Amino acid sequence: MVALSDKKTVGRSKIHPLKFLLIISCASIMMLFAGLTSAYIVRRAGGNWLEFRLPNLFFINTVVILMSSVALQAAYHYFKIGKEKLYKGLLFSAFILGLLFIILQYQGWLDMHAIGVELTGNPAGSFVYVISGVHVAHILAGLAALTVALVQAFSLKYTVTPRRKLRFELTLIYWHFVGFLWLYLLTFFVIQS
Amino acid sequence: MGSTPVVAPEKTREDVLIEEQGFDDHFHDHHHGDKFQSNFITKYVFSMDHKIIAKQFLITGMFWALIGAGMSIVFRLQLGFPEENFAWLRPLLGNWIMVDAEGIGTLDPQFYYALVTMHGTILVFFVLTAGLSGTFSNLLIPLQLGARDMASPLLNMLSYWFFFLSGSIMFASLFLSTGPFSGGWTAYPPLSALPQASTGSGAGMTMWTVSLVFFVVSVLLGGINYITTVLNLRTKGMTMWRMPLTIWAFFVTAIIGLLSFPVLASGFFLMMCDRGLGTSFYLSEIFVGGEALDYVGGSPILYQHLFWFLGHPEVYIIILPAMGLVSEVLSVHARKPIFGYKAMVFSILAIAFLSFIVWAHHMFMSGVNPWISNFFVLFTLIIAVPSAVKVFNWITTVYRGNLRFNSASLFAVGFVSMFISGGLTGLFLGNSAIDIQLHDTYFVVAHFHIVMGIAAFFGMFAGIYNWFPKMYGRFMNETLGKIHFWGTLIGAYAIFWPMHYLGLAGVPRRYYRFDTFDAFSHFGAMNKFITVAAVVVFALQVLFVINFFYSIWKGKKVTTRNPWGATTLEWTTPINPGHGNWPGKIPTVTRWAYDYGKDGKEFVSQVEPLAEGELTDGEGAHH
Repeated sequence: MVALSDKKTVGRSKIHPLKFLLIISCASIMMLFAGLTSAYIVRRAGGNWLEFRLPNLFFINTVVILMSSVALQAAYHYFKIGKEKLYKGLLFSAFILGLLFIILQYQGWLDMHAIGVELTGNPAGSFVYVISGVHVAHILAGLAALTVALVQAFSLKYTVTPRRKLRFELTLIYWHFVGFLWLYLLTFFVIQS
Repeated sequence: MGSTPVVAPEKTREDVLIEEQGFDDHFHDHHHGDKFQSNFITKYVFSMDHKIIAKQFLITGMFWALIGAGMSIVFRLQLGFPEENFAWLRPLLGNWIMVDAEGIGTLDPQFYYALVTMHGTILVFFVLTAGLSGTFSNLLIPLQLGARDMASPLLNMLSYWFFFLSGSIMFASLFLSTGPFSGGWTAYPPLSALPQASTGSGAGMTMWTVSLVFFVVSVLLGGINYITTVLNLRTKGMTMWRMPLTIWAFFVTAIIGLLSFPVLASGFFLMMCDRGLGTSFYLSEIFVGGEALDYVGGSPILYQHLFWFLGHPEVYIIILPAMGLVSEVLSVHARKPIFGYKAMVFSILAIAFLSFIVWAHHMFMSGVNPWISNFFVLFTLIIAVPSAVKVFNWITTVYRGNLRFNSASLFAVGFVSMFISGGLTGLFLGNSAIDIQLHDTYFVVAHFHIVMGIAAFFGMFAGIYNWFPKMYGRFMNETLGKIHFWGTLIGAYAIFWPMHYLGLAGVPRRYYRFDTFDAFSHFGAMNKFITVAAVVVFALQVLFVINFFYSIWKGKKVTTRNPWGATTLEWTTPINPGHGNWPGKIPTVTRWAYDYGKDGKEFVSQVEPLAEGELTDGEGAHH
């Protein structure tokens, strides 16, 4: 079925259709968060808004998720040039860093809870919980993709086929996207407060 | 459904051209296509073939249209004959018909609201979004662009099955003992956000939301596929400016959906948090039954913003595909190139852009700052400009053409009539001052039913009658089609024209009965008239459905490849195309889609090479 959209059947297209499809899906996910963050702006302008400091972990976590992105990019590089060990190791660390991100986000929510910002209280807090929660859901989807990549990396014989390269690229695009999505969300929260 | 690939009975000039100049993608060298259609389940149920998926969307849409329209008949009966005994509806509606000691049955008022709500939800989302754009985008995008299938047939299949899942959940909610959701299709809080607000706000609303979230997933999976296919899988020579207007319309529709449906999802998500987790995004200081609830600091207007940010583009998600179908059908049957092809494309783009910056015109009466309303009034009224361009071009396309009066072209002309009638009342409603009087009255009901309900249906009917031969290899019955058209045209105006008067008189929408209000009771006869017209129109749609299914198996067989003499690529495929659409190479394109009545030829197929010095793509149009 993949052959239907193989590059050679298309002849003149420059980007693989599935890659393009993923990029516009990302645009669509972006609109989901644009909806949520603009709801935040509208509601904040309405007054009765609780101001509070974001947990420090959110900032540390940004480094974690960006490191994960870098690790995956490097893994892709070594995958292509045939450094099997480095490729597998970096892929694994990207996965672990992603996992760590989720754990630290959860810890961040506990920190917010500790300073009295509750999910059900003033919408200022609810928005941060919900928006970062929806983001974590998208990270989880990325981790699922990384899990598939890991299983394949360690179970299949190492070869660079166009199919596997494409699959890696798709995972890579999505993982970069959700990483930068967090950067956007954090910047948004900082600018707004 | 008789779609076994048939060896072409005759070798047409198009076949020869495709063989000589077509693009060989070696599609038929690997048998990956057939592997996925080896048995009944993979061919007709979990099919990845865009043509089958299109039929699935269409037939599911028709199922929902009958349910949604049937509901409107029930509440029209209530409005037209509030004193009548409805005990005879008990076998269908059960306890929603309350029978008193004397055996007189009345419709439960709570269920009346549920009917109105479900009618709106079903028609807007399941019929006019999935049934219209889902059907024709799937059918025509690959066929008219010269592609084997969608970019991702798998996601395409999932798109349908998410729609099916969504529909199943909504269908199940109809049978809840507390009834389906009843707070209006827009699901404004607090009726939607508080489970205890009304009987339908509990389980009914939960299922409504879950259903629509799956629906959003379906639309997005479909949409990303349509966009990718249009941008990446056009055949050689099919430049953007050579695409038929149908494809432009589906393409832009998909972009609008992709940008607006996620925002609706975010609105629903916050709603779910309010309902399930106790957050206060939309709820604030509410008393239910004299008891104060815990919610603090929410804003119900916030939901309205998020909802209408989808809600208004949604109107164009519904109408643009109809416009595309009508443009194509009118041009083919008037035997003339579409007038102002580029103007048509630019007006589609302009409408799409404007659709995103007018949402608050639904909220003039919700307490939006009147100063900000000015901008929304302005942009709303500006939409009249690209809309008028389109209307002008349709009329000019037909003007002095050799219009063939068949069911397809009649419905296309009827679309233009409806779009004008309904569009003009939009100018009234877009005006925030006039909206003070007209808001939430039958004037609004009349406006949107004509301009996006009936008009979109007419576009859809035009499309079905026109492409039925491509879908099933048979024609629909023309006589029944014409009865369907004339009856529906007259009947639809009979239903909605009087509603303008009701609305101007201030009759509010969504009321259970009017005979108990002094101000409105004298409209009783008018309401009876509307109800009778609605019953007749409903009967005609049943006739259409009968015609549809009868024709699938018993209709007159299509004997030539290109029964309408159209230029576009779908008519160069075999009468019953198999998976992959073209038996050999895929056609390459050398000209635009509207070479009709050119150089003494009635039409010139898109695969026909240009003669020396010949102008195309509309360049020679003014000579």
